[in-house]
Amino acid sequence: MMGPNNMLEIKRLNRTKIWEWVVLSLMLASPFLFAERAMMINEIAITALFAISLDLILGYSGIVSLGHAAFFGWGVYAAGIFSKLVNPDPIVGLIVVMGSSLVLGLICSLTILRGSDLTRLMVTLGVSLIGLELANQLRDLTGGADGLQGVVMAPIFGVFEFDLSAKVASIYSVLICVLVLLFVRRLVRSPFGFGLVAIRDNSLRARAVGLNVSHRLMVIYAISASLAGLSGALLAQTTGFASLDVFSFDRSADVMLMLVIGGVGWLYGGVLGAVVFKLIQSQLSSITPQYWMFWIGLFLVILVLTGRDRIKEWFAGVSA
Amino acid sequence: MLTLLFDGVAYGMLLFVLSVGLSVTLGLMNFINLAHGAFAMMGGYCMVYLFSHLQVPFLICLPVVFVLIALLGAFMERVLYRRMYNKSHLDQVLFSIGLSFMSVATMDYFVGSSQQTLVLPEWLQGRHEWGQDPWTLGVGNYRLFIVLLCAVLTLILQTGLSKTRFGSQLRASVDDPTVASGLGIPVNKIFLLTFAVGSGLAGLGGALGAEILSIEPMFPLKYMIYFLIVVAVGGTSSITGPLYASMLLGVADVFGKYYIPQFGGFIVYVLMIVILLWRPQGLFTKGVKR
Repeated sequence: MMGPNNMLEIKRLNRTKIWEWVVLSLMLASPFLFAERAMMINEIAITALFAISLDLILGYSGIVSLGHAAFFGWGVYAAGIFSKLVNPDPIVGLIVVMGSSLVLGLICSLTILRGSDLTRLMVTLGVSLIGLELANQLRDLTGGADGLQGVVMAPIFGVFEFDLSAKVASIYSVLICVLVLLFVRRLVRSPFGFGLVAIRDNSLRARAVGLNVSHRLMVIYAISASLAGLSGALLAQTTGFASLDVFSFDRSADVMLMLVIGGVGWLYGGVLGAVVFKLIQSQLSSITPQYWMFWIGLFLVILVLTGRDRIKEWFAGVSA
Repeated sequence: MLTLLFDGVAYGMLLFVLSVGLSVTLGLMNFINLAHGAFAMMGGYCMVYLFSHLQVPFLICLPVVFVLIALLGAFMERVLYRRMYNKSHLDQVLFSIGLSFMSVATMDYFVGSSQQTLVLPEWLQGRHEWGQDPWTLGVGNYRLFIVLLCAVLTLILQTGLSKTRFGSQLRASVDDPTVASGLGIPVNKIFLLTFAVGSGLAGLGGALGAEILSIEPMFPLKYMIYFLIVVAVGGTSSITGPLYASMLLGVADVFGKYYIPQFGGFIVYVLMIVILLWRPQGLFTKGVKR
């Protein structure tokens, strides 16, 4: 099937480079290095995970989605409600949420197979808005506009209890984020991942060389949804709270922005973007909390005008 | 019953004026402009300022707002949008989201987050009723005014696009900018003018809607989805498609909110997704373009 040269190329790509080990170990060490900012680390890890999940469909498969918050929100509420009503064990919760998001993603993937970018944009946005409406209306289950309160988690493995300083929470989130990163790394450098990139670049040709385009898109969409749900579940478990804004358009737009800052279609883009975004956000909103939106808007406009591949190129230049 | 239908139609007409500009930029120029609502919001604010603060007569306000927002649109096109035409859709989405975020924060900064109210002049207040109880038709004067005005606008637009020299030049520029400019059509000027008129119409829609929709800083994000629905469902190959789509949306929204208020928004979104799955190119397009 594949020539020997291509196999070598793939092997070379698959070799973990030294700087990757450095990045991963830095991530793992961050909860201990910045223990006093554990809350922040936790948040960054969760958003990074969310951004990675979006990258799978946006960066690697070329599906422009404005409604990825639908799965994030589903994860938040599913994890919260599951721990409240069924079982407070966090690991069981994560598995249940991932499974259910996978199914949800598979169902929703039927909606993104046809149509242009605009149609996909509309449909994904519509799905997240439906989620918002549902969470708002099913007041008995979700708490409506007041948010879901009183989510109390059992200790992880029955040993590590979630504490107020968020130390355990941050280690937990970072660990899962790193695990997912390794999984996604393996995924995008497999034949399946290369197939996705082929579809992104030219779906007609991909079809002509015998790739089953719809099948692959459905699978990656479901995986991406499942990971987005996972990040949502982490948020609900570590903060013990769920509010309607997890479904909002802003959240979908923010995560897209993070990805764009860090670099679309690049494994570590989501992580880098989440770190930069969250740091800028906490700095700027401490100066002007209300007008944070203005600066982020300005940033976006300038970013697109100057060409958003620049950041990635700088970084690639440094790491190469 | 009939009253609701009429309100729905009026609402739909309003949506049409608001989004027709978007359907032109999106459909003809293939540019995803999520900041379209920002122009509408500016129109609404201009209207409130002109009419309530400066006491300019209502009928003079409308064209003034149109011209102001069209100028703003022309300026934006010249300075910013023109560079975006050839970028990818993702870039366009990011860029226009950025613009709408900026407009939201700017209005919040200068005017405050409170909702603006517009008190209509006396001759537009009040309503008439006809008919017996189950079939009562109550027509608010203002809504009647909107329907009439929008109908006239639609006629003008339709003839403008299909019958005039400008219309054919625009269609030529869209189909193939290179060849069009080779034939001596000033493509850049045509796009500039089209964008300006589209923004101006959005501004006019915002001005007309100041009393019905609420004008507030979050307006561009709140109604963005409605504009996009109109364009996506209506298809982008004609003026009539978006017109029917906005009617449908207006009526569905008004009925939904009246009969099952708790699921009002829900119905609209589900309807949209179903329609888009069924006809991805839009409900009212003939054949498949592009």
